[in-house]
Amino acid sequence: MPVEKSAPLVRTEGLKKYFKLKGGAQLHAVDGVDLEIRQGETLGVVGESGCGKSTLGRLMLKLIEPTDGKIYFEGKDITKLSVRQMRPLRKEMQIIFQDPYACLDARMSVIDIIAEYMFIHRTYKTRAEIYNRAAQLMDQVGLARRYSNAYPHELDGGRRQRIGIARALSLGPKLIVCDEPVSALDVSIQAQILNLLMDLQEELGLAYMFVTHDLSVVKHISNQIMVMYLGQCVERAEADELFAHPTHPYTKALLAAIPRPDLSARSEEVQLIRGEVTSPINVKPGCRFAARCDHCTEACTEKDPKLMEISPGHFVACTMVNGQ
Amino acid sequence: MEEKRQDNILEIQDLKVIYKTDFETVEAVNHISLSIGKGKTLGLVGETGAGKTTTALSILRLLPATTGRILEGSITFNGHNLLEYDEHQMQAVRGNLISMVFQDPMTSLNPVLTVGEQIAEALRLHNEHISKEEVEKRVEETLSMVGILPARKHDYPHQFSGGMKQRVVIAIALCCEPELLIADEPTTALDVTIQAQVLAMMRSLRERLGMSMLMITHDLGIVAQTCDDVAVMYAGEILEAGTVTDLFTGTDHHPYTQGLFNSIPNIDARAHRLKPIPGLVPDPTDLPKGCVFSPRCEHCMEICKEKRPETVTRGTHSLRCHLFQNQEGGDAHAG
Amino acid sequence: METANNTTQAAVYKRSSQAKEIWRRFRKSKGALIGLILLVLIAAVVILVPLFLPYDLATEQDYAKMLAPPSAEHLFGCDGYGRDILARVIYGGRTSLSVALIATLTSCLLGSALGAIAGYFGGWVDSLIMRALDIFMSVPDILFTMAVVVALGASATNLIIALTLAYFSNYVRLVRSQVLSLSEQDYVEAARAGGSGNARIILSHIIPNAIGVIIVNVTLNVAKIIIYESTLSFLGLGMPPPQPEWGLMLSEAREFMRTAPHLLFFPAAAIVLCACSVNLVGDGLRDALDPHLKS
Repeated sequence: MPVEKSAPLVRTEGLKKYFKLKGGAQLHAVDGVDLEIRQGETLGVVGESGCGKSTLGRLMLKLIEPTDGKIYFEGKDITKLSVRQMRPLRKEMQIIFQDPYACLDARMSVIDIIAEYMFIHRTYKTRAEIYNRAAQLMDQVGLARRYSNAYPHELDGGRRQRIGIARALSLGPKLIVCDEPVSALDVSIQAQILNLLMDLQEELGLAYMFVTHDLSVVKHISNQIMVMYLGQCVERAEADELFAHPTHPYTKALLAAIPRPDLSARSEEVQLIRGEVTSPINVKPGCRFAARCDHCTEACTEKDPKLMEISPGHFVACTMVNGQ
Repeated sequence: MEEKRQDNILEIQDLKVIYKTDFETVEAVNHISLSIGKGKTLGLVGETGAGKTTTALSILRLLPATTGRILEGSITFNGHNLLEYDEHQMQAVRGNLISMVFQDPMTSLNPVLTVGEQIAEALRLHNEHISKEEVEKRVEETLSMVGILPARKHDYPHQFSGGMKQRVVIAIALCCEPELLIADEPTTALDVTIQAQVLAMMRSLRERLGMSMLMITHDLGIVAQTCDDVAVMYAGEILEAGTVTDLFTGTDHHPYTQGLFNSIPNIDARAHRLKPIPGLVPDPTDLPKGCVFSPRCEHCMEICKEKRPETVTRGTHSLRCHLFQNQEGGDAHAG
Repeated sequence: METANNTTQAAVYKRSSQAKEIWRRFRKSKGALIGLILLVLIAAVVILVPLFLPYDLATEQDYAKMLAPPSAEHLFGCDGYGRDILARVIYGGRTSLSVALIATLTSCLLGSALGAIAGYFGGWVDSLIMRALDIFMSVPDILFTMAVVVALGASATNLIIALTLAYFSNYVRLVRSQVLSLSEQDYVEAARAGGSGNARIILSHIIPNAIGVIIVNVTLNVAKIIIYESTLSFLGLGMPPPQPEWGLMLSEAREFMRTAPHLLFFPAAAIVLCACSVNLVGDGLRDALDPHLKS
């Protein structure tokens, strides 16, 4: 698939976030990530617990301050902007959370939750106009208007997530970070919300960073996919390409681990990864996946593997693959 | 189902369970029947609120005492009706003949006891005259059986990761070598690669111990890879049941089952839009009059809104849907 | 199609329906309702009756009626100085209850403010406040209040100051822990993602969510303070006689416990009644607010 040459909406270079722990240790949550997302496209960020994908999402919005690296939004360097300076940018980039209940203030009614951002930024002059817009947003996300005065705890997970989406849309953002937005929902509701997100993307030209651990969901919604492991990107490619030619041993193992809903794979021996995720604290040099990898060599444990392009648009960070 | 009675380790007949509070009555399980063959795994599939956990808890009589009530039905384990047992008899069954593994390993383990002590506790409960050395030996055996170094029996739960904790929970469940294991969403809280490890371990243990299993899950993929028979549950009823071949390769399905298949993004294909089931699971205090699925079913007919469908059985495959009544090769009988 | 007006009007409704929900749950508990009725009665008696009953009745001494048992003329009897006990109980209630209420309010406001600041900003602010608190808490309540009263003299105001200082530490810790946990909630992060500043977050999100717990604690503390205030006046640290005060009445009744138990009974009953009804209301409030707090 030919890569578009238009400028990316958001771009990062060497983005890092280290957390200081008691006793001086450093937790490498995100360790040198380069990515770019174009307007109207979705970047899927996949990984298991501890890979740093949620931290990455919050870094993009500067809800967490980066330790190192750069973030560019519409070409502008926003890395060092203060909270005050970021305020106007909040209209351009938003977030949808994983837990559809915890992200809504239980004491606020549905319409108040959706209207909150508009009140903060005084998007309209009168209260009536703001509430009117909030009601329109409810229509847009498929929430019946009769729920305006309901409270979150009266509604189910799917509806609550729609409230979160409506709120995220209220300022007219260009980028939305979706942090596992369907993981907490039932299968049939997941499908409804995924469809909604895709429709909104088409209608409004939104860009998404879609963070999830579920590979089947990410394939469905993404243009590009990035696989993360222990804070680093180990593979990045267009969605179809990643699934057709998974290259990094972790990506392959991740794909193999998903139980398929069909009987043909039943008797096959699943390629299991050994062991558990190693610690992101005080990481030593060398490939972080080495301890669990069947193809690990000497070279793997000595140097950090670099992200190299093995075919147009397809990047892999693996010493063995890249023959370093 | 055409299976002979003595080949079934567990048979549930016509079970009705409610939760009764001051305000309302929740009809959690409504006259379900299912059976688990010896050495086989039955997958109980459904979404939140279908009644799967209630069914599991009913088998072990672990429903909340203040609100849970088993109104009707029988649960026969190896020929004995568990619903007639008193508490003392049930204690001899739990952990010993039938074990259960719950979803969240974080809360299933006691944080102030070592894992070795927790396994030992289960052993001592069901083996009155067991010696201390024998207990230690069995603890170490069980730990290595689930892939944990025996030396770690002195470690506390917080020193283990999520996947390892779940293995410990499974170890406790299996240490007395039960005949039936009930696993309630055992891998939902785990990462997918760890899930694969744990499922593979459970599969090999089942084979080794010749154990039967009731696997409760919402993940059709897990069902396909681990189960022999399947029952699809919705709003307290079993809408479809059969062997795993019936479910995944058969042509006729309950509209709900079809809807579930359509809702899962298929990893091997790229469709633009998913076809989700419209609407929501019904309120269990106010279930629809006819077929429980009728408000959401795209094939809903007039009769569906009025009358509960009867279960149609074709060999091993049974369906509870008006679409399949009066078709050839079916035996209609009240479900 | 609803118009904007509809939604704004509908939006106005929300406040009252939330309160209605809480009231409905409160009503379910019989104990809470009884407590509330009692409180209302007590408040009515203490506020309204003194408008008709001159104060003199509480201090007028009639040696002829010394230790007179309850009769038609003096419903609660008379004390050792011939003063009408009923009048003294009512006026004493005015004093005791108003001191207790004001002290509760001031300790709550002071403690909550400090707790909110400590919890939200953390760091050295938090450490400073908490270490100062340690100092306050290291001194036993009674000694502390005694010291304050002895230093400043016995009067209603000083009593309030002493009680405030004794009790504010409860609220600091309570509110601080509430604020700490609430600050971690996703919806606070969502508010930040929308560009909300700290002040707005504290006022719109944290305080409304913490207030339930605070209210419950306040009602439960009122009972403690009523008893505590009585204790102080029992020890002679309260207001000077002849001002009527329940604790003081108890103290004066000690001598006559065997011969004229009615001196002891009525003020004691008054204290118990107040404390119990406040506790019942507090419990009811906690249950009424709880289901809303839990998911």
